Amino acid sequence: MRPDGKPEGLRQSMSWLHTWSGLLLGWLLYAVFFTGTLSYFLDEITDWMRPELHQSIPGPQTAALALATMQKLTPDATSWTINLPGERQTAVEANFRQPGAAAGRAGNQRVQLDAGTGEVLQPRETRGGSFLYRFHFELYAMPRVWGRWIVGIATMFMFVAIISGVITHKKIFTEFFTFRPRKGQRSWLDAHNATAVLALPFHIIITFSGLLLLMFMLMPWGIDAVYNGDTQKYFAESRGRPAAAAGASGERGDAGRAGRAQSAEPAQLTAIAPLMAAAQARWPDRGVGTIVVQRPGTPQATIELREQGARALVRGGGERLLFNGVTGAPQTPPEARATSSAQAVSGAMMGIHLGRFADPALRWLLFLSGVIGTVMAGSGMVLWVVKRLPERRKLGRTPRGHRLVEVLNIAAIAGLSVATAGYFWANRLLPVDIAQRADMEIRSFFVVWGLCLLHAMLRPHRRAWLEQLWLAAIAFAALPLLNAATGGAALPAAMLHGQWSVAGFDLVALALGVLHGFAAWKLGASGAIALPQRAASGAGMRIPRPVAQSPEKQQ
Amino acid sequence: MGRYRLAVASRALAAIGGGYALACATAAGIGLALARAGSSGVDAVMWATMLAFIAHALAALWSFGCANAWRAWLGIAVPAALLGALTFVLRGAGA
Repeated sequence: MRPDGKPEGLRQSMSWLHTWSGLLLGWLLYAVFFTGTLSYFLDEITDWMRPELHQSIPGPQTAALALATMQKLTPDATSWTINLPGERQTAVEANFRQPGAAAGRAGNQRVQLDAGTGEVLQPRETRGGSFLYRFHFELYAMPRVWGRWIVGIATMFMFVAIISGVITHKKIFTEFFTFRPRKGQRSWLDAHNATAVLALPFHIIITFSGLLLLMFMLMPWGIDAVYNGDTQKYFAESRGRPAAAAGASGERGDAGRAGRAQSAEPAQLTAIAPLMAAAQARWPDRGVGTIVVQRPGTPQATIELREQGARALVRGGGERLLFNGVTGAPQTPPEARATSSAQAVSGAMMGIHLGRFADPALRWLLFLSGVIGTVMAGSGMVLWVVKRLPERRKLGRTPRGHRLVEVLNIAAIAGLSVATAGYFWANRLLPVDIAQRADMEIRSFFVVWGLCLLHAMLRPHRRAWLEQLWLAAIAFAALPLLNAATGGAALPAAMLHGQWSVAGFDLVALALGVLHGFAAWKLGASGAIALPQRAASGAGMRIPRPVAQSPEKQQ
Repeated sequence: MGRYRLAVASRALAAIGGGYALACATAAGIGLALARAGSSGVDAVMWATMLAFIAHALAALWSFGCANAWRAWLGIAVPAALLGALTFVLRGAGA
């Protein structure tokens, strides 16, 4: 893609495509990668952001206490779904459906219970990690469909950028072991290559599965053609149900209503302890994650125990045990269906994307891969600027387009970190009983982000980077202190009580603080993205050596 | 410069618009073909949709990798038309 139209090689044209497909929506992609990576700890973030729940410390009686509370609180419910505390949450999250409740999510009500006492807890109003999670594929303050389309299109750009990037770098795997520190542009290029190659399978899978997760919106034409427009039939078959039963069956509310109509006679639920013991013996590693009670208080009651970690799973995966709710006798749960090859391939990729059924080690690995992907996206965008420094030096001024990319880079990369930290600070500093509290937290996030953009526009390039990176480093690193000071479980106590959701958040915040501090320190020590000196404002700025021209063979 | 920009715009349109059309034709055509060849409906849809996304990405690579903008359009339009025709024929045969 040379302006003079001369023929060029495949790798040159792919390099052009890689540059522009990566840059054009790069800032959006960076934000998607960043917030998406944090979403691997969605539950943990939400837990941290509700310090009222941190006092909840589980004991052997947790399940019995929770059921007793539900019995008092909502004896007429058609079902209770009780998520027990585990490595991802400290409190008991109890969901219930009242008779006649709407199908699906709308009819679901939720309370948080103290795992040690069974009391109902009143956490502060917050969107928690859900905000970051939703933002990463629906953005904010626009119709969901728009947000999904925009992110879907950006994902396709990412996919193209990845493939063209691989083609560009013929020696990608040997270059992986090349790192030339303190060499300006070369170092940025090496960092970009290394982060790209290190987690290349992850990047490809995460991007491709991102498309698949949005396929019903982006690419419905396969279903349309094969099922002749009958989307319902496709969904029914993909869930392994016969088509006829699809529309009418399903929602548990219906089954519950039917059960209640049959018998008005109350019946006592069996004691939960022996069932829990049986499940614990069967799943010694994970234990019970969720207790589902259907038609509690009736003779038709059933109790289903699900393996820990399985509750987020759409289908397949974790085991479950079914018991008669009155006698406690085991029943046979409905059989899981076999998955086909196509579903296995796409399902595995989407499972990785969603981090479902990922035990802590795998979840951390996915999180780290996400961090690497985020660094890859960020370093690529910085590289665009660094690569053009010689051109600028020759011109003697900064073209407007270059300045735009610079400013957007600062706000999108460093500014997003500051805004995210700001979101967590707002969570603790806003008064607990303020009206529309959850919205105020989110507004704080965008206000801080906007201020970062303003700051990036007003300050000299290098100063803006340094100031925002240091601010992000301090804001993240101080979060554990803020947590302890504003009613949360302090890091040592949380570790002692095995509250890994809270402790994990604090530890990641510390790590992010170190990471941002390291980036700021490196940047302060080098001059890698400094501006070329301008006559008026250049005071105190170091001019980078003309790295692009330096001989590469230097040892 | 104007000519260059026009060529880039044309290629970009081929990559985005043409590529999407090719992807749609792939999802529909390959999906129907797989379903007719005896694979289950869900499988046919899933494989065809995965292929469709890959086809779109390849179309984008082709648009900017080939020698000129005309060839970019041609390389996308021909397979899209073929797959579109396949869809048309199979849909007619099935209904």
